[in-house]
Amino acid sequence: MNTAAERSLSRKVVERASSGRRTKDLMFRLALLFSTSVGFVVLAVLVIDVLLDGGSRVSLDFITSPPSRISPERTGVAPALLGTIYLMVLCAVFIVPVGVATAVYLEEYADRDSRLSRLIEVNIQNLAAVPSVVYGILGLAFIVRGPLGLKPVLLAGALTLGLLVLPVVIIVSREAIRAVPSSIREGSLALGATQWQTIWKQVLPGALPGIATGVILALSRAVGETAPLLVIGAATFLLFSPDGLGSRFTAMPLLIFEFISDADTDLRAAGAAAILVLLALLVVMNAGAIFLRNRYERKW
Amino acid sequence: MTQEPDRQEREAQAATSAAPSTSSDGQATPALQTEASGQKPAAGTREAIYDLDDVGVAYGGVPAVREVTFPIYQHEITALIGPSGCGKSTLIRCLNRMNDLIPAAAVTGTVAYHGQNLYDDDIDPVQVRKHIGMVFQKPNPFPKTIYDNIAFGPRVLGMDGNMDEIVESALRRGALWDEVKDRLKTNAFGMSGGQQQRLCIARALATSPDVILMDEPCSALDPISTGRIEDLMLELKENYSIVIVTHNMQQAARVSNMTAFFTVELDADEKQRTGRVVEYDETEKVFTNPSDERTEAYVTGKVG
Repeated sequence: MNTAAERSLSRKVVERASSGRRTKDLMFRLALLFSTSVGFVVLAVLVIDVLLDGGSRVSLDFITSPPSRISPERTGVAPALLGTIYLMVLCAVFIVPVGVATAVYLEEYADRDSRLSRLIEVNIQNLAAVPSVVYGILGLAFIVRGPLGLKPVLLAGALTLGLLVLPVVIIVSREAIRAVPSSIREGSLALGATQWQTIWKQVLPGALPGIATGVILALSRAVGETAPLLVIGAATFLLFSPDGLGSRFTAMPLLIFEFISDADTDLRAAGAAAILVLLALLVVMNAGAIFLRNRYERKW
Repeated sequence: MTQEPDRQEREAQAATSAAPSTSSDGQATPALQTEASGQKPAAGTREAIYDLDDVGVAYGGVPAVREVTFPIYQHEITALIGPSGCGKSTLIRCLNRMNDLIPAAAVTGTVAYHGQNLYDDDIDPVQVRKHIGMVFQKPNPFPKTIYDNIAFGPRVLGMDGNMDEIVESALRRGALWDEVKDRLKTNAFGMSGGQQQRLCIARALATSPDVILMDEPCSALDPISTGRIEDLMLELKENYSIVIVTHNMQQAARVSNMTAFFTVELDADEKQRTGRVVEYDETEKVFTNPSDERTEAYVTGKVG
């Protein structure tokens, strides 16, 4: 009797408490869902707005013709698009060897507890957080003028953007190298391989998908940068495509900036269309990074 | 390259010096045995491939194992047993200078391999590891095909000869050929744990080492896979010298010729734990009639 009463009493207590918690749980979930939707809604609004403004302008002609103020309805983005692609390739040629070599040194050779490597580590972390306009000033002072004196040409732009994203490449590469388990290094060294053979034939191939993903993401950031290129004095409205490392150049963000701030409505619509082209390029790059990560990700 | 003739010469010398009689052998052995005096070596002549003399390892000044002195004989299986933290794995990693990978590790004493101290200043650890293979606790195949796993060692060492033959021969010696000959080009991660470990053994054999060090090679395997690896070890000892660290005392008793029992000692103020060798002797004696009561307590299961 007594025990049965106790049991029913305890059951009630349990039910009451859980229903109260369920409401709280539901509210918490809704709050999380709302936060998640903020980013998505903003992106959707942006894309729809840009699509409405410039969607009709995107065509093969648009990406293959030069810009024109004389006939704004036939303007294109060819020099800027090519400039952006050249910048990307040159930038990759610069940051991949330097970034990966730095990462290999810091992970495989440097004494992690030494003062020097700690100093380097803190520096790299800080460099990754320096505003891009500051890199533009650096590029202006040292690459465009100053010691290198390259003038505002394609190579100068690529080097400036390279300096900007180099810390990111180093950090991502270090993580990818660290993710290769030490048992792989031990197995290789135990077979009589040298440290260099172990790094070149085991560690780097194992880290490659992670490094490639990081490089692509770093490049997609470089491609979207405007401020450093403006500061080093890249052209904004250029009628010809770059034809060499020493050629003057422009890039998509600069041309977008130029179009959007124009009084002509046709040019502003072309600006929206150029945004779509740049977004498409970035989506392709990020999709490539995701593909690489999923396809070659190793489960050790 | 210049190492090769040296080594052969050394082996030839060692072989002739070991040939004479058991009496000279019997004199040499007791001096090297720590606490088990008066033990006669097994019948026939024995050649010590390693001579450990007062070997100690400290990590950042804290001794992990010390005063290890015993010989390791050629073409035999030597087991290192003892409780966790007694320094067995630390010691086995001195035998091919794997401890070099830990910057804080400092090795003292003499690890003589064919009479040559492996810790001499002019010794290149990479050269050492060419002669002394190692198999680890957890199977660690490379994320490559079975074929490339085996071929990796011969390739980095620049070994001559037909690679297909080298791979087949290593897989046969590793008792794996029949199971994998039809899928050599598939990823090694698709193999079972036991097969992966035999692949790691075959991989070590592919570079034709003299010694194979095994650091708890069966601790991640089921009893059937363990049995296959033990059979393999018994086959391999005809041609190789094997040193094995094991937590499984039955395994040590089943496969090894000599057993070293390590224990953990606390220092005076009971702060530092250091591994030491209690007894090193014929496996049969260690397990049936140990000289030290600590060994007896351990092998009979009174202390874990």
